[in-house]
Amino acid sequence: MLLNGVRKAAIATAGRGGGIEMEPSMAVSLRESLQQVSDPRNLDATVEEVFQLMLGVNCRRDSEPVKQELESVTAVVGFGGLLSGACVFTSGRAAALKIAGHMTGMEFQEIDDTVKDGIGEICNMLAGAWKGKVPELAANCGLSVPAVITGCDYRLHVQAPEFQLHHIYRFAESSFAVTIVCDGLQ
Amino acid sequence: MSEVRTLIVDDSSVMRKIVERSLRQAGLDPLVVHEAGSGTEGLEILKVKQVDLILSDINMPSMDGLEFLRQIRAQNLAPGVPVVMITTESSEEHVKQAILAGAQGYIRKPFTAEQVKERVLPLVHAA
Repeated sequence: MLLNGVRKAAIATAGRGGGIEMEPSMAVSLRESLQQVSDPRNLDATVEEVFQLMLGVNCRRDSEPVKQELESVTAVVGFGGLLSGACVFTSGRAAALKIAGHMTGMEFQEIDDTVKDGIGEICNMLAGAWKGKVPELAANCGLSVPAVITGCDYRLHVQAPEFQLHHIYRFAESSFAVTIVCDGLQ
Repeated sequence: MSEVRTLIVDDSSVMRKIVERSLRQAGLDPLVVHEAGSGTEGLEILKVKQVDLILSDINMPSMDGLEFLRQIRAQNLAPGVPVVMITTESSEEHVKQAILAGAQGYIRKPFTAEQVKERVLPLVHAA
C-alpha cells in the first residue's frame, strides 16, 4: 500500500514545518516519552473526542473485528519529524456512508468523492488530535495530507514497527478500525 | 447583524461545509460564503471579491494556509479583515507562527460551534 509515499509527504511537511518553524529536534527526544506516546488511552480519548465533536456520536471500544464488506475505505495520514509512521482509518462501506452522513447532514448511497473527502478529513483530525496529546509530538511532528483508498481485499503491511496501536470502535451498528503505526522515533 | 461575507479556504469540501454550518450555528446569519480549495484559489477570490472574514486551514497541498496568509498581507489584499486559522495542528509553536503571519484567531480541529462562536464573533464585531 502507499504508506511510504504518505510518510514521505509528511516528512516533507515536517521539513518545511507545514509552514511552521519546528523546534530544534536536537533538543527533544521522544524515546524518553515512548510510554506516553504509545499509551493506548490517548488513542481512545482521541477517537471519542473527534467523533463526539464532529459527528455528535458516542463511540466505544470494541473487541469484534471490523465486519468484512465487499467494499471498504482506508484513509492514511503520514507522520514525519520526530516520529515517522502513519494514522490509518479503515471501515466498511456502510460505516463510511454513515460517518460522511453525520459530518455533512446529507444521505449517501455510494462511496463518492464527498464520502472519501470526509473519511480523509476524519483521519486527518484523528492524526492531529492524537499527536496533540503529547506536547513534544505536537510541536515536532508534521502531518501529510490524507490519502484515501477504496476497494476490497487489500492489507496494510509495515515491517517491524517501533510500536503499533490497532483499535476497533463501534458507533450505532457500525464499526471501524484506527491504527497508529510508528516505524521511526527520534 | 448585516450580511457577513466570508471566505473559507480548505482543501476538504466537507470541512468547508462543516465550517459554514458552524458559522451559521454561531449566529453569523445572513452569511455569504465564498469557498476555496487552496491558498492559491483563495488569493484569486480575494482579488475580485470583498470579504469581512477569512477562515483558513493550514495543512493544504500547493499553497498552505500560512503562505496564503503571508501573501494576503504582502499583496495588501483584504486589509483589516480578520483571519482565523482552523487546523489540526495545535502546538504553541504553530499558534505563534500563525499569529506572526497575521492571523487574529486560531481554532483547533475538531471543534464545536460554541468554540467558533467564541473565537469568531468578537472579531467580526470588532472589524
